[in-house]
Amino acid sequence: MFLPETATFCITLLVYGAILLLLIYYVLTLADLECDYLNAQECCRRLNFWVIPKFGSHALLCVLLLLGGHWVMFLLNLPMVIWLFYELHRQRRDSLGVYDPVDIHSRGLLKVHLRNCMIYLGYYFVMFFVGLYCLISSLIKGDPIKRYEDDEIVTDF
Amino acid sequence: MSTYNPNFVPPAHAPMPLNGNNFVNGVQGSVQQQPGPPPGQQYIPQKQPQQFQQPPPAAAFPGAGAPGNVPPPQQFNSGITNQFLPPTSGAATPLQQLPPSTLPPHLRPPAANGPPLTNGSNGASSANSSRTASPRPVGAAPQYAQGPIAAALNNPPLASGLRPSPQPTHQSLANLTSNLENLNLNTTRANGGTSILPQPQTQQQYAPTVTQKDGRGVASAQTGPPQFNDANSLLAASGVAAALVPNAMATPFSGQKPPNLAPNPAKMFGSASMAGRPTPAGQRIPYGVPPPTNPEQQSQQNNNLQNAPPPPRVGAVWPPSLPNVAAPGAQPMMPPAQQTPQTYPYSQVYQPGPQQQPPPPQSAVQPPPPGMFGTQPTGAPLQYQAQAPPQAYGQHPQQAPQTAPGGPYGTTAPLNVAQQGFSRLWGQDTIDLMQNRHILTPATLPPPKVVLHNQFHESINCSPSIMRCTLTKIPESNSLLQKSRLPLGIVIHPFRDVNSLPVIQCINIVRCRLCRTYINPFVYFVDSKMWKCNLCYRVNELPDDFQFDPATKTYGDVTRRPEVRSSTIEFIAPSEYMLRPPQPAMYLFLFDVSIIAQQSGYLEAACAVLNRHLDEMPGDARTQVGFICFDSFVHFYSMAEGLNQPHEMTLLDIEDPFLPRPDSLLVNLKECKELVRDLLKQLPKRFAHTHDPGSALGAALQVAFKLMQASGGRITVFQSCLPNKGPGALEPREDPNNRSAKDVAHLNPATDFYKRFALECSGYQIACDLFLMNQQYSDMATISGISKHSGGCVHHFPLYQKTKPHMVESFRSCFKRYLTRKIGFEAVMRIRCTRGLQVHTFHGNFFVRSTDLLSLPNVNPDAGYGMQISYEESLTDAKTICFQAALLYTNSEGERRIRVHTVCLPVTASLPEVMHSADTEAIIGLLSKMAVDRSVASNLSDARDAFINATIDVYNAFKIAQNLPSGQSGQLIAPRSLALLPLYILALLKHPAFRVGTSTRLDDRVYAMDCMKTLPLDQLMKYVYPELYKIDALIYHARNSNISSNQDDDEDEDEPLPELPRLQLSAEHLDSRSIFLMDCGTLIMIYVGLNVPPDVLEAVLGISSTAELGDYVYGLPNVVSNENDVLKRFILRLNYDKPYSALVQIIRDTSTAKGQFTERLTDDRSESSLSYYEFLQHIRAQVK
Repeated sequence: MFLPETATFCITLLVYGAILLLLIYYVLTLADLECDYLNAQECCRRLNFWVIPKFGSHALLCVLLLLGGHWVMFLLNLPMVIWLFYELHRQRRDSLGVYDPVDIHSRGLLKVHLRNCMIYLGYYFVMFFVGLYCLISSLIKGDPIKRYEDDEIVTDF
Repeated sequence: MSTYNPNFVPPAHAPMPLNGNNFVNGVQGSVQQQPGPPPGQQYIPQKQPQQFQQPPPAAAFPGAGAPGNVPPPQQFNSGITNQFLPPTSGAATPLQQLPPSTLPPHLRPPAANGPPLTNGSNGASSANSSRTASPRPVGAAPQYAQGPIAAALNNPPLASGLRPSPQPTHQSLANLTSNLENLNLNTTRANGGTSILPQPQTQQQYAPTVTQKDGRGVASAQTGPPQFNDANSLLAASGVAAALVPNAMATPFSGQKPPNLAPNPAKMFGSASMAGRPTPAGQRIPYGVPPPTNPEQQSQQNNNLQNAPPPPRVGAVWPPSLPNVAAPGAQPMMPPAQQTPQTYPYSQVYQPGPQQQPPPPQSAVQPPPPGMFGTQPTGAPLQYQAQAPPQAYGQHPQQAPQTAPGGPYGTTAPLNVAQQGFSRLWGQDTIDLMQNRHILTPATLPPPKVVLHNQFHESINCSPSIMRCTLTKIPESNSLLQKSRLPLGIVIHPFRDVNSLPVIQCINIVRCRLCRTYINPFVYFVDSKMWKCNLCYRVNELPDDFQFDPATKTYGDVTRRPEVRSSTIEFIAPSEYMLRPPQPAMYLFLFDVSIIAQQSGYLEAACAVLNRHLDEMPGDARTQVGFICFDSFVHFYSMAEGLNQPHEMTLLDIEDPFLPRPDSLLVNLKECKELVRDLLKQLPKRFAHTHDPGSALGAALQVAFKLMQASGGRITVFQSCLPNKGPGALEPREDPNNRSAKDVAHLNPATDFYKRFALECSGYQIACDLFLMNQQYSDMATISGISKHSGGCVHHFPLYQKTKPHMVESFRSCFKRYLTRKIGFEAVMRIRCTRGLQVHTFHGNFFVRSTDLLSLPNVNPDAGYGMQISYEESLTDAKTICFQAALLYTNSEGERRIRVHTVCLPVTASLPEVMHSADTEAIIGLLSKMAVDRSVASNLSDARDAFINATIDVYNAFKIAQNLPSGQSGQLIAPRSLALLPLYILALLKHPAFRVGTSTRLDDRVYAMDCMKTLPLDQLMKYVYPELYKIDALIYHARNSNISSNQDDDEDEDEPLPELPRLQLSAEHLDSRSIFLMDCGTLIMIYVGLNVPPDVLEAVLGISSTAELGDYVYGLPNVVSNENDVLKRFILRLNYDKPYSALVQIIRDTSTAKGQFTERLTDDRSESSLSYYEFLQHIRAQVK
């Protein structure tokens, strides 16, 4: 309750937008790898660099929503955070990150990664609009343009 | 001799100048004058076998040979052959072998013109179904391929009946078979123009039908390249004859040749078998060839031996137990032996063949499809009588004449018996595994042959020892593959040492513009200027200079180019294939000198071997070497110019290692050889009294990387304990009390340090090889990461002690091989597949840089790789698919080279065909690699379950494919091709890599898994399922030959060794009176039974009783005796294909080392595992 509702949803929207842009970058990089424009090591280095920021920002967002008491939004975000956490921690001890250059070309892992990215994109896209709706509804909740007050004034007249 | 088909080397190269520059300059001028060689065309023969340049011996032709020797019986002879041979078979063969252009038109072989005939082993319609019809001529070829066999079998009894002149018959047959061999030679150098004309009268006398047929040949004889289609089938036929040779050695204790065997037939058989069998190094002559009485024939045989290219593995293995067939009076048990009735229809069918050829009648006919010719005769199994009762053979002769008018191929109502016979003929028969426990017969051993359609069937596929696919017929869609439940993939040994390899230098290497495929024998030439890529189907232009044939120096015929003739070829790459100037050979050695290492004493042996073979390490004048030692600190050795002995520098800061000086740590080997030798002598002494328990492997690796960074090269790491200092320090993870637990932990690396390091190395073209000589747990799983991802290799000598001479010995030979073998630097390998397929997963030591590109900083000749293939789209439109592996590397002389292997496989839509074409060994190779992945990614019990489930699924699928009734039965029906699967799977389950319940050190297990991933297939099979032989036959052979050829010691060397049957790994074959030999790859164990006769012991081992043998005896004693000599030669032969010769261990029956032997008897049950029969029962119970 330390941030006004509108500010919370503004941050939410910003986080979603940033993650969406990041995911587009992911897809492009993976596609480059698939087309052999990019070395696997280089590609994985780039992607792994952003894995923690992505997870961190989403987790922070979750905390923010929880503190703000936006239960529905929190529950909508929670599965993704759990999934990302699981993805980070299921790695073996010798793994070089979520995107491991040694494995990425084997067992169709590249395809799996691409598919995952697409699913993330869809999820965040939907969530972006949910966030937008929340923001707008929170903006108009307090009757910011004072229509009713005006009406009252008019009726008082 | 390699198993390589040396056809690739056209004969005319030898005189070509080897110096490329001269040649290029010399030719430039001559281009304008006449169609000479285009600029830059060069052709370098590499180790070209001498024999192939010789013209074939004149005596090889029956027309010239037989009549010359024995003129009068000519008529008689031909009469016999006419009666009992299909008339065409005798005559067609000598005709075919001549290059058509040199023959008078009426004698040109029919195959030399027009649409290429297919041979029997081809199966034009095999893509569709084995049950569909095939054109008549297709059927014809196998028939007369079979003619000689049948005749050959029939002749011994005949000959005894026709005593007056048996000699010519045999001789002509012997000549005939030897011809077959020469014929093959001729086809290989069809452009050589070395042919001898037979006398035409002889030809006509032999076979009037041929001339009739040849009349047709005149019309179009000029069109198209000569098609030596029948060569293969005939060769197969000769192999067939060979395979039927009575194997006297099957009864080893008889101690003499089968008495019934008349000398003449023996001779005939002998020569025939020589022609058909692989004769590596020209000395694998089968037993049963008595010293020839006829000198001419002998020379001819010798010629055959020398000239024989290692033929396809047709009939490579003998039927183990056919002694009875040898007896003239005995009723032959084998289908081909039903000569008289069978050959008749064949010849009748054959005659109408030519007329019917244009419109091939598509009647419903028994297939001559996927001609598994090789498996045909050997496959006629005495063992499988439970499946096909022996009466079937008895009925066959009576039925065959009835079908004669149409011939067996022409009948529309296939007879049941005939069907059985044919399915056996084509290797499509099934075996009830429950009834046939002794499954390891010659029939099941050879891999299925790849048979291609007309268009390509004469193109020689890549040798199976280099590239092998798990299925020799590719299912046309993913769903079909899924139905078969078989894994699809290839196992490849790309840098294998080969004896003759065509090497080409040309300015522009012809490649597809779209997919960059190299031109190969399986492309389609649209016209003389265009070719269609067989991988992406793009039509490409041919450069003008491709028209020039460097072998004959003529223009016009693109099909004579070596690129189009040989599916394994090496190009000398022009500068476009280099990102930087080719690197010199760089070798850096890292020695662990901690106290544990000193206790093991490996350093002495390593330095001694290194010192001795310093000059033999591959490299040119730029070769550089360096040495680093490490314990808790890192010791550098500077060998700068002007120093009279090496200077040691010790780096104390191992947390942040740096190079103490920028130069003279890696020095030029040629310039500083004395210093290097000095250092190698001093090193063992220098650290002899160290007490440092630390091992800073990580720091040493990091400085080594800095040292090699500039050029790339090879880092050889010797490690003998767990690295415990500095970066990359590890902790012991293994619990010694838990070594036989059900679930094995810690198969994964403990840290990413070594993997990260390896990837970094790979980027700078550095490979790390690891020699782990550990005394205790050293975490192979983690350390081996440096080799796994950098394209290196791993060698493991557990519990190495300098006091154990056998360990020292095997380390020395391994390290010597390691130092002196070929090496390719900065290599990449790309695997291309026909559109619709893609590589799904790679197995081996490398880094996958992009979807189909493997980065191999070093490539060595002992490394094998595996690839799983998956479908992108269905292959319905494709008749064949191809895999091409191109390995681009820098050789040790600083030359950039590309080695290209292409394999082409037919596509089929029929499930049974897919199942019948499976290649069990390749499947095992691939499954074991997948299982290693599974056990690392998940756990060991998953991998074990996966093995069993894979087996069950395959037999389930086969049951469905055969429309067998579902539900339990007492049978476990398997196709012949997959009959050995449970045997090998069981061996895998009991292998140190995958076994549970037996105490296995973690390092040993991890090393075994590593071997599964990286060993080439032939060594992997020995590693998984060792070869067991009973060598009594050898001994008795030695004794007999001792008597016969005592006076001539020179011939001893060339004397053939008998072919021993392989035994299944079960104690039921053991015998206390015999000596057994088990070949496990790097170790050969000789098991001496308790009651071996003392004279045998004396002769073989130089001891008078088994009690004199110690518990651990290594090395074969030198005894001057024939028996010992023969055994040594046999071991030499076993070692022939191995990277280094195996260590020989002699085990007494009561010795404590017996456990080593018995634990490899994987067919038997142990406390914790099933026996083979129990395993079969388990499988059968699961197959629904």
